Amino acid sequence: MTQTDKQYDLGQLKNIASQVRRDIVRMVHACQSGHPGGSLGCTDVVVSLYFELMKIEEEKEENGFLKFSREGRGEDLFFLSNGHISPLFYSVLARRGYFGMEELSTFRKINSRLQGHPATHEGLPGIRIASGSLGQGLSVAAGAAYAKKLRGEDRKVYVLMGDGEQQEGQIWEAVQFAAHHRLDNLIAIIDWNGQQIDGPTETVMSNKDLGAKYQAFGWETVKLANGNDMQLTVYALKEAGEKAGQGRPVVVLMKTEMGFGVDYMMGTHKWHGAAPNDEQLEVALLQLPATFGDY
Amino acid sequence: MKKYSFTEKKDTRSGFGAGMAELGKTNPNVVALCADLVASLKLDAFIKNDPQRFVQCGIAEANMIGVAAGLALSGYIPYATTFANFGSSRVYDQIRQSVAYSGTNVKIAVSHAGLTLGEDGATHQILEDIAMMRAMPEMTVINPCDFNQTKAATIAIADYDGPVYLRFGRPTVPVFTDPDQPFEIGKAWLVNEGADVSIFATGHLVWEAILAGEILAQEGIDAEIINLHTIKPLDEQAILQSARKTGCVVTAEEHQLNGGLGDAVCQVLSRHLPTPVEMIGVNNSFGESGTPAELMKKYGLDAATIVKAAKKVIQKRK
Repeated sequence: MTQTDKQYDLGQLKNIASQVRRDIVRMVHACQSGHPGGSLGCTDVVVSLYFELMKIEEEKEENGFLKFSREGRGEDLFFLSNGHISPLFYSVLARRGYFGMEELSTFRKINSRLQGHPATHEGLPGIRIASGSLGQGLSVAAGAAYAKKLRGEDRKVYVLMGDGEQQEGQIWEAVQFAAHHRLDNLIAIIDWNGQQIDGPTETVMSNKDLGAKYQAFGWETVKLANGNDMQLTVYALKEAGEKAGQGRPVVVLMKTEMGFGVDYMMGTHKWHGAAPNDEQLEVALLQLPATFGDY
Repeated sequence: MKKYSFTEKKDTRSGFGAGMAELGKTNPNVVALCADLVASLKLDAFIKNDPQRFVQCGIAEANMIGVAAGLALSGYIPYATTFANFGSSRVYDQIRQSVAYSGTNVKIAVSHAGLTLGEDGATHQILEDIAMMRAMPEMTVINPCDFNQTKAATIAIADYDGPVYLRFGRPTVPVFTDPDQPFEIGKAWLVNEGADVSIFATGHLVWEAILAGEILAQEGIDAEIINLHTIKPLDEQAILQSARKTGCVVTAEEHQLNGGLGDAVCQVLSRHLPTPVEMIGVNNSFGESGTPAELMKKYGLDAATIVKAAKKVIQKRK
């Protein structure tokens, strides 16, 4: 394994995020389905993880794509629990070099490896577990973190969840499990955008003080006031990394704006699971500079 | 009728525990998870051998399945253990998404399946789990018949790379199979060769089928008895070969008639060799409290019922 020698500067991370956001709106437009809102809101944190924070295998296959092993020994791992923001995941994986960018155009279409929700079933490199039915990712990540502990590996396991997803009972089973087993190599990130399909989380099923709940279970917490500010996001993830390794799992409470980067998708839950039409796509793309070229 | 005898009775869950104890010493990748039922699952020896490879999950089965999936994708061979009810119906979606669809190498090993859990009653007596697990793509379903076969199956599935649902029980039952038997997933075991009627049985009903075979033999009926320990993938060749010879079939299982072994056998027969079948199982009802023996008798899961069914189905033979 070769340590990544390429350290991206802030401007570079922002440029990647802009291109990923373009990919997201183009992908959901092309198939007229999918979940742009949460994908756009979480773009900065997932880009930060894959292009700055995480140590991943940099060696390449003969075809030029990154070598991918599901086990990920010696690597930091990322799990997406709120699988509906798959367009973001796919774009980042393609841009990071796991598979060809042209494949993004197959998203949600028949015979594609880019299923509506992430799946291992079609063998898409970069995906380690299926997700979509909510509430399961934290348990899987805890299992992977446990495995790294068993092997004496000094790498981290990240998992991204939704705030609506915190309503699932299994989440709290996993929260108590991770604290009990002192999985301090586990870093959970909650996308606290305050929106879910039926409306604002406060009115659907209030989360109240998530941080206090995690603390009461024995977790370390890191607050990220604006998960759509790339610099703050990188800082918060680094802070989480520093708090790891001290006997407690860490959760990053990340405030984001659903639909961030596309003005008409922000401040509403209406774009949670709806695709833009041709006109709306044009408006969105005008707001998102093509920094690396479209797929 | 081939003679089967036993010198002792043991619970199949202890066969699982013995298998795990052996795996603990022979396969460093095997880890065990349990949801607060260590003594019931007979995991003490495994844990004593290497406490590091045991993961206590508490009374939180959904999380246990996810943790097992995470361990499996990291290269371990996790056995997620609890009662059959809590390892199937309670966590079906977790198994579906994080195990079967994701192709993680998780062994769901569950005890106290069926009526013979006994006094705890219907809340705990799962009789639908074979149907659920059979319906799930990519899932292998195994229901061994005694201590030795359960031990052999427990060890054998570690060498198979894929999800498995291994179902066993609580009561002590005769130990009548070979302690050194090879266990091949999906390969039926011909318990007794016969010509007049085929009895396909699984789990605790295999011994009852042997008892039934002895009674039938006294009446001049030559029963073929086949142990279908693997319900999925099903040994279609063995079923067809036997049904072709005898021309009539009895199925027997400690499970609902809907969706169980009987349905699986009928599916094979109706497609390839339509044959009269009598099915023995629980008929669209929940269980209740009682001793295992009382329950098996009341719900007609015993040798006497198999004998009756065999005579009935022979009459239907063309």
